[in-house]
This record gives sequence, C-alpha cells and structure tokens, in this order.
Amino acid sequence: MLFTSLGFIIFTALLIAVYYAVPIKYRWVILLVFSMIFYAFAGLSGFIFMGTTIITSYIAARLIQKAYDRRDAYLASEQGKALTKDEKKAYRAKCKSRARRVLVPALVINFGILALLKYILAGRILEGLPFLSGAAIVLPMGISFYTFQTMGYIIDVYRAKVSAEKNILKTALFTSYFPLTVQGPISDYRYLTATLYTPEPFSAKNIMSGLERVLWGYFKKLVIADRLAAAVSTVIGSPAQYTGAYALFGMILYAAQLYADFTGGIDITIGLSEMLGVRVQENFNRPYFSKNITEYWRRWHISLGEWFKEYMFYPISVSKPMLKLSKKARSAFGDSVGKRIPVYVSTAAVWLTTGIWHGRGLNFAVWGLLNCVIILISQELMPLYGRFHGRLPGLKRTCGYRAFECVRTVFILSSLRMLDCYRNVPLTFRMFAGIFTEGRYRELVRGGFLELGLTGADFAAALAGVLIVFAVSMMQRKGGIRERLAEKKHGFTLQAILCAIIIVTILIFGAYGEGYDQSRFIYNQF
Amino acid sequence: MDELIKILKEIHPDVDYDTNKKLIDGKVLDSFDIITLISEINDTFDVAIPAEEIIPENFNSAESLWELISRLAED
Repeated sequence: MLFTSLGFIIFTALLIAVYYAVPIKYRWVILLVFSMIFYAFAGLSGFIFMGTTIITSYIAARLIQKAYDRRDAYLASEQGKALTKDEKKAYRAKCKSRARRVLVPALVINFGILALLKYILAGRILEGLPFLSGAAIVLPMGISFYTFQTMGYIIDVYRAKVSAEKNILKTALFTSYFPLTVQGPISDYRYLTATLYTPEPFSAKNIMSGLERVLWGYFKKLVIADRLAAAVSTVIGSPAQYTGAYALFGMILYAAQLYADFTGGIDITIGLSEMLGVRVQENFNRPYFSKNITEYWRRWHISLGEWFKEYMFYPISVSKPMLKLSKKARSAFGDSVGKRIPVYVSTAAVWLTTGIWHGRGLNFAVWGLLNCVIILISQELMPLYGRFHGRLPGLKRTCGYRAFECVRTVFILSSLRMLDCYRNVPLTFRMFAGIFTEGRYRELVRGGFLELGLTGADFAAALAGVLIVFAVSMMQRKGGIRERLAEKKHGFTLQAILCAIIIVTILIFGAYGEGYDQSRFIYNQF
Repeated sequence: MDELIKILKEIHPDVDYDTNKKLIDGKVLDSFDIITLISEINDTFDVAIPAEEIIPENFNSAESLWELISRLAED
C-alpha cells in the first residue's frame, strides 16, 4: 500500500478513528493490528522473515536479560559479596561471554536472512522450489530498516543500555510499526518505545501539527519528486542519447527528486506518528545546507549514520585487535600514522558496508568507498584549510563563501549519486567526464529540456515547489515553523488555513492520476 | 588528570577543558576525535574503553572522562 494511494488515506483515517476510540493502554495493540494489516498488503511471504526477526530478537533479548539478572542477583547475595575483586571481574566476564553466545547467533540469523534475500536471491528465479517455481524472490518490504532497528535493540540489551521487553507482542510492534517499515527512520529502542507502547493522550495540537507535517510530505512527494521522476528516468534511461549538459541536468533534477522523495516520505512517517501521539526521531536536518560531506552525512539519513556509528564504527575502532594494530603501527611508522589507523580502517569498513547496504551492485560499493576517500581527504586537509582561513579571517563568514560551500557539497554528492543512477561504474565515470567534455549546454537550454517527458508547465510547477521548500528551509533556521505558528494568537486557525492551502496546492499541482505512475519511495527499495 | 588534559589539548589545543562541559553536545569532539582519544587513553593509562561506554555523558567533559577512566581501571 503506497503512502500516496487513496487506500492508504482510508487506512489511516480508519486507524485514527479506531485508535482514539479505545483506552490509551490498549492503543499499542491497535497499532500492532494495523501494522500487520499494512504489512499483509505488501505480500504475505514477508511475514515469515519478519516473524523470524521478532521471535529470534525476543528470545535473544530475554536470554541476555536473564543472564544479567542472574549475575546481579548472585553478586548481591552473601556468596557474591564474599568474592574478591578479581573473582567478581572474572564472573562478570563469564556472564558477558554467556550473553555474547546468545547475541551472536541472533545477529547471524537476522543479518544472514537480509544478506541472503538482498544480495544472493533478490531478483533471481527459483525453479527448484515447487511453491515458488517461476517466481522471482521479492525483497520483503522494509527488511533492511526493521532488521537494523531490531538488531540495534538486542545489541542495546547486550550492552545493558535497555532492559529486554517481556511481552513478545510489544517486540512485534517495535519491529513492525508500519510508518517506519517503508523507509525508516531506523529508530532507537528507548526513544521510540517511550511513546510507542504508551502514547501521548489525544490532543488537537498533535493532530493538527502532525497533519501539517503529513501534508508537507505529500507536497514534496507529489508536486516535486513524482513530477521530476519522468525527466530523471528519461535522462538515466538513455545515457548514449543524453550526455554532457543533459547528464548534469539529470544530476540536478535527481538531487531535487531524491530530497523531496525521501524527506517527504519521512515527513509523512513522523507527521502520522505525531497524530497518533508517537514520537519518531528526525532523519534530516536541512542537509543541503551542509558545508562539507562529513557534515552532510550528519544531517542526511541521520538514523542510518547513527546506527553505523554506534554499532559498527565505534566497536571496530576501539576493538582490541584495532588498538593493537594502532600500537604496532605507531612503533613502526610513528605516532602520526599509527593513530590514524583505527580511524581509517573503521571509516573504510563503515562506508563499504553503507554502500553494500544500498544494494549488491559494484556501483554501491564504489559509491561507499568514494564517500570514505572524500571524507578522509577532507579530514587530512583540515590544517591546510585552517591556514588558508587564518590568512583570510573574514571569508568564512561571508554569504558568498557559505553559498559556495553548500553548492560544492551538493555538487560532490550529486556526482557520487550518479553511481546510484547509472548503476554501472565505467558508464558513470564516462557520463561524469562528459559533463565537462561533451557540451550541449546551448541545445539543452534552447528547448532540449522540454523533450525529457515534462512540459514547460511541469518544470515551472516543480521549480516553484523547490523554491518553496528552499524558502521553508531558510525559515527553519530560526526554529520549527509549525511550532512558531502554533504559538501565535489564532495559531490553530492559522494552521488549519495552512493545511487547506497545502491540500489545494497538491490537488492542483500534484503529479497524480492519469498520465502519472504511482511510484513508491526511492528508499523503499533499500 | 593532567595527563588526560594533555591528550585532549593535543586534539584541540584551543579548547578550555576545565570549563567546557559540552564536548559532545556542543560538537567540539567528533567521532574521529573520540577514536583518537580512546587510542591515546589506552596507550597512556592502559585502560580499554568499550564501545558501549561511548556515550555523551562520559565524554562531555574532561572530568566525566576522568571518572570513566578511573571506574574502568577500578573494574
């Protein structure tokens, strides 16, 4: 069921009606039931895999918790208190190792399923299995998102950051909460469950504020993303025909499309959750205003970056083998090289995995590693930048330089995204080089852009949409617009008027109905 | 504590570690700095900081970091 379908709107209206009709302590059950219905629309086979994740993570978390509870009880007992410091240390280590023996198989099973489906079987025809004969394996919806989210939870239980959930149905809800299964955010257990299991009570403020956010998401998706999709796929679909200026134009359009699509979808997720009294963490912080790539990755798809940092980057960097390697490198090559080793190795591992997370093609691995190279080069060039800005102290604060930094970041990122568009490494490099060597800029400007499947009116509507998003982003520098609006004297009425304006705008300028394909969110495929 | 301040000063010489209590929340230390710091602490104090201890509360000030080192050394 697509977020942009009429079915989804009816589904949501029904959910809200039923949800608020039951007492607050049972609302999580309604969410679970509706999440299951939503998931069933995506195909019943997905239940097998999601069910496996729910059961294995529930059992693993409970067993780990049991081991820790037993440890604490023993250490608090007279017998435990009588142990020496070293004996206590050894006992704790033994319990931790017992917990690890539960954690590791759970991680292997769940990441194994993900790897098997996403990288080995995806798209292949299974002839051998009678019940699947002739059918291509379809990746279960949201498997990357819910697997990462649930594995984060059991690692947190292992780290004793959270206690294991006793009710398997609540673990099922945490895994399957439907707004998150489309494209995340990959949520932190503590943050999400604080209001998922015990939601905020009904409030007109939450409903209005959430509705505003949902409509804003639809605006981005329907007015900008889905409209530009046709031109982007035309340019990408015929690389031999659309070279030079066209490739650059496609790259710019894709930057706008992807931003509107992904952030729009997350707006719908967060807004809908707000209407249900559930708080979901933000996944973006005006990423196109970033000064450099490192900052951009802190502001784009924040939940994925946080996940990798928390559960991969830090554990690899501070692991005993890595610290040993660093020590050896220091004695062999000196301090300067030695201390860089953990950072370099962990960054490369994280970026390679981030690339592979996006898909199994070589293009994604190259995309990840190029991100890593650029980040590390920027890191190394920091002292040079420092010296440069030391000589020109006022430059950094000028609007022109700030704009240059943002444009530079977007250009570099959009160039890297060409690997995602063309999905072929040599072709991508050829297309990128063509931007500088093939020309065709005059041809594009003199009407060529009108042959990409969009009319002048389409481009004008999309451009107006982009300018509105840009203006809103500028206004958000001073804080959330909805919050500021709500604080005003007739705040509620103003918000209602704003909602009506967005609805009318979407109805008039939205890309839906005849002539447009209902398209799923780009990140849904990951 | 002086040794720790020395390590921190090598990473960011311009920061006043006696008064700054928002090294993480204020984005003074990034993830690269944290890794360098942990590696240096391991070398100097022979204390291994595990990944689960990398939380803002432990790294927000030189003081909290020193408490973490002392606790881990104690354990």
